Amino acid sequence: MMSTLAPATSARHSGRIEIAVVAIFALLALVPFAAAFGAQSFILNLFVRVMVFAIAALAVDFLCGFGGLVTFGHAAFVGLGAYTVAIAGAHGITDMGVTLPLAILVSALFAYVTGTICLRTSGVYFIMITLAFGQMAYFIAGSLAPYGGDDGITLPSRSTLFGLEVFKDDRALYYATLGLLIAAYLLLRAVVYSRFGRVFRGARENPTRMATIGFDVFRYQRIGYVIAGGLGGLAGFLLANATEFVSPAYMSWQRSGELIIMVIFGGLSTLYGAIVGAAAYLLLEEVLAGFTENWKLIFGPLLVLIVLFARGGIVGLITTIKARLTRG
Amino acid sequence: MSFTLFIVQTLNGLQFGVLLFLIAAGLTLVFGVMDFINLAHGVQYMLGAYLAVMFYALTGSFVLALILALGAALAFGLLLEFTVFRHLYDRDHLEQVIATFGIIIFLNQGVKVVWGAAPLNLPMPEALAGTVQLMPGLVYPVWRLVIIASGLIVGLVLYILVSRTRVGMLVRAGATHARIVSALGVDIRRLFMIVFGFGTMLAAFAGVMIAPILSVEPGMGDSVLILAFVVIVIGGIGSMRGAFIAALLIGLVDTLGRSFMIDILRLFMAPSPARTVGPAIASMLIYVLMALVLYFRPAGLFPAKGRS
Repeated sequence: MMSTLAPATSARHSGRIEIAVVAIFALLALVPFAAAFGAQSFILNLFVRVMVFAIAALAVDFLCGFGGLVTFGHAAFVGLGAYTVAIAGAHGITDMGVTLPLAILVSALFAYVTGTICLRTSGVYFIMITLAFGQMAYFIAGSLAPYGGDDGITLPSRSTLFGLEVFKDDRALYYATLGLLIAAYLLLRAVVYSRFGRVFRGARENPTRMATIGFDVFRYQRIGYVIAGGLGGLAGFLLANATEFVSPAYMSWQRSGELIIMVIFGGLSTLYGAIVGAAAYLLLEEVLAGFTENWKLIFGPLLVLIVLFARGGIVGLITTIKARLTRG
Repeated sequence: MSFTLFIVQTLNGLQFGVLLFLIAAGLTLVFGVMDFINLAHGVQYMLGAYLAVMFYALTGSFVLALILALGAALAFGLLLEFTVFRHLYDRDHLEQVIATFGIIIFLNQGVKVVWGAAPLNLPMPEALAGTVQLMPGLVYPVWRLVIIASGLIVGLVLYILVSRTRVGMLVRAGATHARIVSALGVDIRRLFMIVFGFGTMLAAFAGVMIAPILSVEPGMGDSVLILAFVVIVIGGIGSMRGAFIAALLIGLVDTLGRSFMIDILRLFMAPSPARTVGPAIASMLIYVLMALVLYFRPAGLFPAKGRS
């Protein structure tokens, strides 16, 4: 079912893609300077959110686009990471030396356990069972009465490093997020093109053949699922720090849907498309909301139009336009 | 945990299950025949309720409101099929999810703009508004019995339609071997229009029937949609029998879980933690059930033959 979507990048295009990716990261690095001329904290906050969701969307693209594993419960990992920070904070542990690895570990562990069960199924059943686990996490979070229950919980402070309030400055949080986004991108790119990644991608195309060749497909997919889950936890750690607030709404199935939309928006199976998609999605939301209170009346049909007319997402659209221009 | 309460909650569970079946029936037909994931099915249920409220205000009659709402919902559903859905059938599941998600976003906001964000009410027909004594000490609202009965009747009619008629035969064949049916000269697109319109009306019917009990509000279709998906996945995609049994199962497990989970936990737990943990477990119960079913039977309880 993936064959209709954007193919994995060929070597011929990879040079140009490197340039595009570097340009994306350079632009993100320049945002704080541009923001200094406008509503600084608003812009910084918006772009931190963009980068946080970009990390989560990268993980979803890794699973959907490269592994063929369409997950409809990825917001749970983000939420788990965020809740780890909030709960540790409520008990006086704010040092990111502890909370960052813990957030990743908790999400990765959840991915290991649920992945073991989910990966027994495939296709639509996989979509639904990941949704089921997402919903379970959502309801557990809503029942955590000591930690705010349905109302959510405010963080006592942003994460500290060896007692220093390093994230007190919005710019510090911004660049830390950018650094982690770049790290996540490089990690996934390395994984995708590694021997592990070739098996993982092969299982998307033909799991039976991979199994016949002698690979334990289930194990590879589970490791992939754990990697994506851990990255979700990382995004959650950053999200909690950015908003200084955590609530079950972070884990709702609509959030998981949005992550998939971001990936499709940007272009599936490209990794950097997930970053473009997250930015496009959140910025579009922000711009439309600025025009009218009823921005969803525009946003909804826009999604439909994109699916109907812009296959391959924004990245695909740009490629098509470029192809037409160079031909003409 | 008194016996009467247990009976009442079982009936409530049945009523909820029947409602889920009405929604899941259309979903599983559409998914079974066209392999189309329609997230916008839940908003048809919401729209049914809103349209009934509107037509009730115009006509003052529940029956008229019901009939007009079903007609309008059918027309709207076919309009959606014509403008959007038919371009998505041979697309990837992911793309179908996004396009129909876009429609949800649009319609949830749309009803807010048209009818306001505040919850609305639909009064039930006066003759059916009372309660009836089922057993000594057990009174039950008539309307809920009406919902149960109408759902069971719809289930029966569907069963006869699908298993005894020519269209039903084509639907069954289309659900498992769409290409062959199409190659045999059946216009599968037209068949699907019929199936889709029918499913849309069932969802709208569920919305109208439940409107007198619940409040009619934007987003009311979202949670029900997810439950309907849980139902068709547990039942086995494309299986009407599976959808029926799974819907009743989910309705009962959810309702009984919510009413008795705290009591059950108290059997082996201190009362205070039981009160904290109980509601959480109760709301997770159906998802736990789903995970268990899929773990042991990855294609659902009653996988449609020829699929899996």
